[in-house]
Amino acid sequence: MIPLREIAFARSGDKGNSANVAVFGRTPAAYAWLREHLTAAVVEEYFRPLGVGTVTRYEVPNLEAVNFILPHVLGGGGSRSLRIDAQGKALGMALLEMPVEFGQSK
Amino acid sequence: MPSPLKIANASAFWGDEPEAAARLVAQQPDLDYVTFDYLAEVSLSILAIQRAKDPTAGYARDFIDVVCSLAPFWLAGGKTRIVTNAGGLDPVACGHACRTALHAAKLPQLKIAVVTGDDVLAQVRGGPGVPPPGGATREAHDPPFANLETGAPLSAVAERLVTANAYLGAAPIADALRAGADLVITGRVADPSLTVGPCLAHFGWSGADYDRLAGATVAGHLIECGTQVCGGFSTDWLGLPAPHDIGFPLAEIFDDGSCVITKPAGTGGVVTVQTVKEQLLYEIGDPGHYLSPDASVSFLTLRVEQAGRDRVRVSGATGRAPPSSYKVSATYRDGYKAHGQLAIFGHDAVKKARHAGEAVLHRLRAAGCDYRETLVECLGTGASVRGIASRVSDTHLVETMLRVSVAADTKEPVERFTKAIAPLVTSGPQGVTGYATGRPKVLPIFGYWPCLIDRRLVKPTTRFLS
Repeated sequence: MIPLREIAFARSGDKGNSANVAVFGRTPAAYAWLREHLTAAVVEEYFRPLGVGTVTRYEVPNLEAVNFILPHVLGGGGSRSLRIDAQGKALGMALLEMPVEFGQSK
Repeated sequence: MPSPLKIANASAFWGDEPEAAARLVAQQPDLDYVTFDYLAEVSLSILAIQRAKDPTAGYARDFIDVVCSLAPFWLAGGKTRIVTNAGGLDPVACGHACRTALHAAKLPQLKIAVVTGDDVLAQVRGGPGVPPPGGATREAHDPPFANLETGAPLSAVAERLVTANAYLGAAPIADALRAGADLVITGRVADPSLTVGPCLAHFGWSGADYDRLAGATVAGHLIECGTQVCGGFSTDWLGLPAPHDIGFPLAEIFDDGSCVITKPAGTGGVVTVQTVKEQLLYEIGDPGHYLSPDASVSFLTLRVEQAGRDRVRVSGATGRAPPSSYKVSATYRDGYKAHGQLAIFGHDAVKKARHAGEAVLHRLRAAGCDYRETLVECLGTGASVRGIASRVSDTHLVETMLRVSVAADTKEPVERFTKAIAPLVTSGPQGVTGYATGRPKVLPIFGYWPCLIDRRLVKPTTRFLS
C-alpha cells in the first residue's frame, strides 16, 4: 500500500457548506487508476467521519482529473462552522493520505 | 488583429498582501490591467458590521492604500488600469475616497467609474418578485430566493437578512472601460468578470460570443486567487523556488479567448501544467457547466500545455448562454461564536487537553449558559479532519493545542465563555501555556444564503465620478 499522494495531486475548496476535492493523476497510468478505483462511494466512505452527504463525482479526462463534490462536510461552512478547518482547506491533503494499492498488486 | 491583453491579479481576498500591486507594476510595467478581488462569500456581512459602526466604512478601505501605493507609477507615466470589487457595499464611497487620494497625489486626471446595482436586498426583502422564466430547472420549481444548497424557503431567514448582492457580469465593467475609465470600482461581481470586462472592451467581442467569453472567464478564474496559480496552496508547495516571493499571476489573453498564464520574471513559485490544473478545478462543481453571468463554461474541452518556463497556455474553452438568473449571495444574522486556545505540554497531553476543554464547558453550563453547539479540538492530532487519516496516536503526543469553541443564539453566553479560558492557566493541568494573546473575541455568525434572482429585477449601472 502507498499513500495516494505518490500517484496524485489534489486541490480542495469550499462553496457554502459543501466542498470540492479535485484529484489529478501524476501520470496517465495514475489517472487510469483514479478513474477506475477512486469512486464516489470510496470517497464518501472516507469522509464519513466529517458528516458528508451523498458525494457526486465528475470525470475530467482532459485534465486527467476526477472532481468530487462533498455536501455538508464543513460543519456549517464559512462563518458558521466551529471547526478549525471551516473551509475545507485540509480535505485535499486528507484524501491524499488514503492508502491505495497501485501497480503490481492491482 | 488586436494585440493580446495583459491582465494581472494583485489580491485574492481582503487581507492579501498590500504591497503586491506596487511590486507587480514595478516588475511588469507593460500590464494593461491589474485586478483585485476583495470579496469572499461572507465578506459583505463583515462590511455590514463595519458600516453599522461607521456609515462611511462600507467598502474595503485597504484598497485606498493600494491606490496611494500606485501613485508614483502613474506619476511616472504608467498606464496600467485597475478593476476591482473593493467597493463592497458602497462602491460610490470607495470611488470618492479614491478620488480624494488621487487628487492628493496630483493625479486628478485619472477617471474613476463605479458599477452599482448588485445590491438587491430591497428586492429580496420585498418578497416574491418575478418567478424566473422557463425551463425545468430547480429555479422554476422552488419559491423565489429559495436556498440553492438546501431548497429552504427564504421565509426561514427573511427577518434576519443583512446583505443580498447579485453577482453582476462583465458588461457594466466593459461599459466603463470603453468610456475611458482608469479605475473601475464595483460591488459584487462574479470574480472572473473582473477579467472578462477588460477583454470585452479591448477585443470588441459580442456579448453572445460565448466561446471567447468562456476563454476569458477561464483566464479570470485562473488569476482571481492571486499566487494560488503560481504554486501557492499547491500539493507540492514544499519544492517551490523562493517561496518568500511567489509572483502574482498575469494572463496574456488573445483575441480567440485563449490565454497564457505566467508571472513576472525573477519572482518565486512556478507556473506549470500542474499548478494551472490545480487552480482550474479550485472551488468548481460540475466542470462541464461552470456558471458565470457572462457564459456557461465547459472545462471539458480545455487544453493545458507548457509553453515555456513559467508559461502555460490554456485554450479550447467552450461556452454557452449564461443562466437567465443572477446568482445572489445573501447573508443573515445567525448568532455568535468564539474560539479559545491554549497549548498543553507534558505526558498524556491530549487526554489532559480534552479534560480541560470539557471542564470549561461543564462549568459554564452549570452556571446556566446555553449553547447550541460546542466543540473541543486537540490540534496536532489530525483535528482538521477528525476521524480521517489520523496516523498519529493521540496518547503519544507530548504537546497539543487545545481549541474550545461555542456558538449560541444570543451574545451573553458567548461573552461568558471568553472569560472562562484564562482561568485554566492556574486550574488546568501543569504544562498549560501559551496564553499571551488575551481573551478570545466574540464573533457574529453570518449564515450564507445563496439564491437566484431574475435578471429583470437587477439594473447594473455604470457611472463616472466627476
